[in-house]
Amino acid sequence: MEHNKKKEIETASQGNEQFPGEVHDLPGGGVVISSFNEIINWARSNSLWPLTFATSCCGIEMMSVASSKYDFSRFGFEVARATPRQADVIIIAGTIVNKMAPVLKRLYDQMADPKYVIAMGACAISGGPFFYNTYSVVKGADHVIPVDVYIPGCPPRPEALLHALITLQQKIKSGLTREQIRVEKPQS
Amino acid sequence: MNNEEIKQHIIPILPNAVFEETGDWLQVQVEVSEWKQFTRWLKSETLQMDFLFCLTCIDWSATATGKTLLTMVYHFTSTVFRHTLVVKVKLDRNNPEIETVSDDWRTADFHEREVFDLFGVRFLHHPDLRRLVLTDDFEGHPLRKDFEDPVNMIKL
Amino acid sequence: MYRETQIIKDTANNYSTGVDADAGELVINVGPQHPATHGVLHLVITLQGETIQKVEPHLGYIHRSIEKMCESLSYRQFIYVTSRMDYLSAHINNHGCSMCVEKGLQLEVPPRARVIRVLMDELTRIASHELWWGAMAMDLGAFTPFFYAFREREAINDIMEETCGARLTMNYMVPGGVMVDIHPNFHKRVKDFIQLFKSKIDEYDDLVTDNIIFKNRTQGVGVLSAADAISYGCTGPVARGSGVSCDIRKLYPYEVYDKVSFDEIIETGCDSYARYLVRMKELKQSVRIIEQLIDNIPEGDFQAKTKAVLKLPKGEFYTRVETARGEFGVYIVSEGGTTPYRIKFRSPGFSNLSALEHMSRGSKIGDLMAIMGTLDLVIPDIDR
Repeated sequence: MEHNKKKEIETASQGNEQFPGEVHDLPGGGVVISSFNEIINWARSNSLWPLTFATSCCGIEMMSVASSKYDFSRFGFEVARATPRQADVIIIAGTIVNKMAPVLKRLYDQMADPKYVIAMGACAISGGPFFYNTYSVVKGADHVIPVDVYIPGCPPRPEALLHALITLQQKIKSGLTREQIRVEKPQS
Repeated sequence: MNNEEIKQHIIPILPNAVFEETGDWLQVQVEVSEWKQFTRWLKSETLQMDFLFCLTCIDWSATATGKTLLTMVYHFTSTVFRHTLVVKVKLDRNNPEIETVSDDWRTADFHEREVFDLFGVRFLHHPDLRRLVLTDDFEGHPLRKDFEDPVNMIKL
Repeated sequence: MYRETQIIKDTANNYSTGVDADAGELVINVGPQHPATHGVLHLVITLQGETIQKVEPHLGYIHRSIEKMCESLSYRQFIYVTSRMDYLSAHINNHGCSMCVEKGLQLEVPPRARVIRVLMDELTRIASHELWWGAMAMDLGAFTPFFYAFREREAINDIMEETCGARLTMNYMVPGGVMVDIHPNFHKRVKDFIQLFKSKIDEYDDLVTDNIIFKNRTQGVGVLSAADAISYGCTGPVARGSGVSCDIRKLYPYEVYDKVSFDEIIETGCDSYARYLVRMKELKQSVRIIEQLIDNIPEGDFQAKTKAVLKLPKGEFYTRVETARGEFGVYIVSEGGTTPYRIKFRSPGFSNLSALEHMSRGSKIGDLMAIMGTLDLVIPDIDR
């Protein structure tokens, strides 16, 4: 019995995939030992709410991911908010053109910290098929806002978007969000 | 009605019109000065061209013979008789101006704004002529052949 | 920088802009980022209370300068950019461009390729109408149809992926025919899909078409008379819902459309409900066309022999096809080189959108969403 409980404690605190922290079962309840940062990162990464922002074709693949075959609400992204004030992550699905860039910047500024950005599709990474000989396409969304995860493809498969979301979750759970990196740099 | 009959109807109205029959449909060249009365007549009982399905402009300045030429191309068809006519108007590149047709065919409203935006052709008496697809402070007219934008356009 | 900011500033300062600020008029923005606009469409709406006085669409938020770009791409390359324009009818767009190039080259397409092209077109039409149905119901507040629609769309995407290699931007049609032959499983999968789909259409009718709330929101809303539809240049289900007969597959048949029997659906209601019914009935007609063709695909080549580098002779060529939204026209002006001199894409959404203002004057904001749903706009198609 004691032997089994010890195993449970070991697996519960292993790595960042499970709950981050040690769980000790005591009579009358239990005790969890962890650091605040780890618990907060774990909670944040498992319930990121995306903003519905789709400009062109990649938007349809994003809608496919939201629907029942490649469900992304299994990972916590269920509540897709229409307003940036209530969203955590903006998935830039589609081409950004010169007329749309100030709108994107305004949406990003309206989001509350901590916020994350995923650039989905070749157009959002670098202008994609519209790189040469166009006068109105911004050659990559990272000219406008800082991006966390890039997904190649034109359009990327829904599984690729799911992989990107899981990568973002691991990036958050690993401890350093972009704000923390920005704060730590001047001190070191 | 076939091409011959349409020609017979047009010749009394425009005696010096130039016809071309190389493609699927009859093409007729009209002068700018006779433009408005011709389009009014097109919509009337004789031909009943009530459907304008394509309105565009071609900039010929990259060819040898058309250095100062812009051509407006209008495709009309009739839902009653099911015949199609292509009308072309030659404009001077330095001062391209033509009467609007948006009071007869409401679809021309957006199409003419787009041609103004991308080519710089001014449409007289248009209800609201301003840029449609580009930013309001864009300089130049991109679809002209001499448009250069070294900042944005990366040539292959 | 933008005109709507100026309108709002002028209204706030009570300058005369044609808008009477004292009479309770309000100018609001819908979009460009909005869940119901199906893309980046910016509408500046002038309201009196909740009644709409004027709707002004601002376009250009996805203007990717495709026409300029195509002037430097070869005749084989520019076709693939057009699948990104109206991405829900990607096959049909590619088909129209291939047909225009073939017209210029005077190329004859083998019969097997024609039938495969028509089959792919009709499957795409079903997929596009599915997404339209799910998105329209979602705009009006019903979430379930969205998931039902995507379930069927996934079945079609699997069929496309097996044969063409991609789910959304398929790049399958080339000048001369199709790029590769159909997969051996194609027959079986399409037949299974047809069996499944026939039962689902009745389910859709039960769920949404006969729903009392849906009928109240769409009947009598967004009236567009036949003369106005012609004047505004509307084509496709928007015009057919007002009684105008304009199906390109019937009027100017191309490929094998003159050899299959199907009906052109025309409704005379002129309102949003009529346009909705046109699209639902078109789903049944598409299934009918597929049933007639799936067992009769002729043997032979799937692509005609062409040179590696295509050069169109000097002249101009216009082709039109019927996409899920209306008439898509490709107008190529060629000066004899390997790249087109000027390409113009006549997109259906551009003209359908110009009728929006006429239809929505005098109705409420909730009705505006119902009207935009039945117009079935895809904004990259409008901005090109």
